[in-house]
Amino acid sequence: MTEPILQVDGLRKEFGELIAVDDVTVRVREGGSLAIVGESGSGKTTVAKMIVGLEVPTAGSIRACGSDRSTPARSTAERRRRGREVQIVFQDPYTSLDPRQTVERALDEVLRLHQGWDAPRRRSRVLELGELVGLDARQIRALPRALSGGQRQRVAIARALAAEPRVLILDESVAALDVSIQAQVLNLLADIRDETGISYVLISHDLAVVRQLTEETIVMWRGRVVERGPTAQVLDDPQDDYTKRLRASVPRPGWKPTRRALAGVGEEMDP
Amino acid sequence: MSTAAPPVEAVAAVERRSWLALLRATGAAGVASAVAIAIAAFVAAFGPLLAPDSPYLGQLSSSYVGPTGGHLLGFDGQGRDLLSRLLGGARTSLVGPLTVVVICILAGTVLAVSAAWKRGTYDAFVSSGLDVLFAFPGILLAILAAAVFGAGLVAASLALAVAYTPYVARVLRGAALRERSQQYVAALEVQGASAFSICLRHLIPNMLPLIVAQATILFGYAMVDLAAISFLGLGVQPPNPDWGVMIAENQSGVVQGYPLAALAAGICIVIVVVAFNILGERLYDQAQAERR
Amino acid sequence: MSEGPASAALLEVEDLVVDLPVEGEMRRVLHEVSLSIRAGEAVGLVGESGSGKSMTARAIDRLLPPGAAVGGAIRFDGGNVTALSGAQLRRFRGEVAMIFQDPRAHINPVRRIGDYMTEALRTNRDVPNAEAEDRAVDLLESVGIEDGGRRLRQYPHELSGGLLQRVMIATALLTQPRLLLADEPTTAVDVTTQAEVMAILDDLRREFRLAMLFITHNLELAAAVCDRTAVMYAGQVVEVRASSLLHDDPLHPYTAALAAARPDISATKDRLASIPGRPLSAFEAPSDACAFAPRCTHVRDACRQQRPPLIELDRGLTRCLRADELRGHMGPETA
Repeated sequence: MTEPILQVDGLRKEFGELIAVDDVTVRVREGGSLAIVGESGSGKTTVAKMIVGLEVPTAGSIRACGSDRSTPARSTAERRRRGREVQIVFQDPYTSLDPRQTVERALDEVLRLHQGWDAPRRRSRVLELGELVGLDARQIRALPRALSGGQRQRVAIARALAAEPRVLILDESVAALDVSIQAQVLNLLADIRDETGISYVLISHDLAVVRQLTEETIVMWRGRVVERGPTAQVLDDPQDDYTKRLRASVPRPGWKPTRRALAGVGEEMDP
Repeated sequence: MSTAAPPVEAVAAVERRSWLALLRATGAAGVASAVAIAIAAFVAAFGPLLAPDSPYLGQLSSSYVGPTGGHLLGFDGQGRDLLSRLLGGARTSLVGPLTVVVICILAGTVLAVSAAWKRGTYDAFVSSGLDVLFAFPGILLAILAAAVFGAGLVAASLALAVAYTPYVARVLRGAALRERSQQYVAALEVQGASAFSICLRHLIPNMLPLIVAQATILFGYAMVDLAAISFLGLGVQPPNPDWGVMIAENQSGVVQGYPLAALAAGICIVIVVVAFNILGERLYDQAQAERR
Repeated sequence: MSEGPASAALLEVEDLVVDLPVEGEMRRVLHEVSLSIRAGEAVGLVGESGSGKSMTARAIDRLLPPGAAVGGAIRFDGGNVTALSGAQLRRFRGEVAMIFQDPRAHINPVRRIGDYMTEALRTNRDVPNAEAEDRAVDLLESVGIEDGGRRLRQYPHELSGGLLQRVMIATALLTQPRLLLADEPTTAVDVTTQAEVMAILDDLRREFRLAMLFITHNLELAAAVCDRTAVMYAGQVVEVRASSLLHDDPLHPYTAALAAARPDISATKDRLASIPGRPLSAFEAPSDACAFAPRCTHVRDACRQQRPPLIELDRGLTRCLRADELRGHMGPETA
């Protein structure tokens, strides 16, 4: 049995009194795709941040590509090495790029971090990466402010892929995009998976996007995993009350939204 | 192929604006200020060579005599050629504030960026330390420095630098915190870039408009404060030509009805300070407008 | 349904044109927008970025930025809206209320909730403070917030985003408006909170016989909660249709393409039918061709020769020259 490309066990994160993540266990097989579904306060983004090292777990373990990353990297070299295993694309296209750096220089900077190549070789790889995400040479030379939201997300994806990671975490990466652009980027992600065999972890609250891109799903609520299983099964036949409520909240023809009592399941906690 | 480059995209190939173009964009006032500063810098560098007469030697019989042939601005209270003294005084009048600004900006940037990056106890420590320094007004520290180290430009400049650094650090810390929370910084951290390279290559360049604006405004304040300190006799010492010293020396002329000497030095100070303020503000506005 | 019995339209927008000053020149952001809303009717306004949907609502509520030039007609209850000023304008605002996407940006953080809620009643309707607060507490209950008295004394930062959105809705209803303009009220909240908010709006609409213009980028949401839906593209209305028919029998290729581009929650598609290019902004729309032509799979030469007029078809409106012949297969062709 081959080891999963990403393995999380008993992950826990406390912020003082608040338990943001409580006993989360997850497996992602190589080439597979997992969705972490939840609303605000569910802890899904905190899980993602712990996997890439932006937060330190209070307890639990994380293994990616065969090596442990439960504790912070002890050196910059170690952090770079981990960067070649798992990368992340964030939600907001407008702050995910340095406004003073052209796309070309941003990608080049990442290549210089991970590869000892000379300039011509880096340059051709930059163009390749651009092609991979559907950006032409002129867009590669542009500054972020000349690019649209969808184009900037493509750049963010290219930058993540420049490290040639085995796992890519997409933290609501298409949520801020127009519907027609979202479709383009979702297709792009599917193409990239076909071409490179990369594994995805998709953090999203949008169940239709989850259905389109992933094969396994876990549902999080207030820090805990309340349901897990193949995506189709979780969405078509939810077992947990919260998952059922989530599923029922998605608008569709003939949908009649119903009210619940104020302090209901999933309602944001009011202080 | 759904990933084909979209046909309707019209991308404005925007290259980073050169500094010259940025300057031109600040408008007439901005350019005029830049010219004024350039002239002042030139004079500071070559003043003594440009002076038609010696700034030091004078004849008391010419005291406060007005403009005559060969002496464009006349004489000061000690009978020295006023124009030559102004040209000679540019050097200390500008170098002093320059020293203050360089030290403050360097120290302030390092403190601000490191505090914003590390956050936590280090940040609290630095912020508290700066809060203590806030309590000391610049001129008071300068007087203290003069008492301890003796009067002079160096002591006064260093004292002012210590007093101003907290202001710079506080403003820059806010900007550094904002930059640090941008998602591209997180992306670079995940890539494994070192904290130092992220701060140097990304954080600071994005704060540059603010740093430059702070520097120019600071220059104005430092110049006025140093002139005041020299006026009080604790900075540049006479007979060195220094605009602040010149105001002090030629006070008596104002009372006697010969204001030109003191006024000329004062006007020089005002022109340079205003030029720096205008330029700094315009550059900042322009850089912010271009950012998004 | 463009015909109806004696119930004339409560709101009528006719050939609305809006120009905004941008960097020294006037840019057109709305091109001849027309729509109508009857009393008690919910009309959805759907579009992507730059479509002009928010701008339309702002034009109706007279909230355009200074320097805007408005052409065409906006009539509320028969009266011309664009000519109102002073006391009349304030009264109008009492009849047409607006709620926004981000409540925190629209509620003064240094005043209490009670002050925010009762302000319109106290200043525009001269209602005494105590009575205004009573009404506020009643409405808070209608939106599902109990213990209203305590809430009135709280500050905005003490409430979560979802609660603030309910407060904003309750506030909008305090002046007993007849039309509610909802500008993406649920875009920034969780999907379960969205369902809750939509249910509240539904109840309140029925209780107060409230008409609503519901603006969103989410086609399914609009179609599910509104009687009729208008679709906007590049500052123009391109289709108006009964919501029940919108999905299965759209009258414009853009609507069909939008629906096809959306992933399906009940099935995985190999690839989504994505529309090439990016949404056009209003000021980029050509005046002598169909704005959607460059991205449309059904385009013909005629589409590039004139801007198609908005015509009636099967009780709806459409801006597609080929709408009649394309009915039934409006979806994007894989040509």
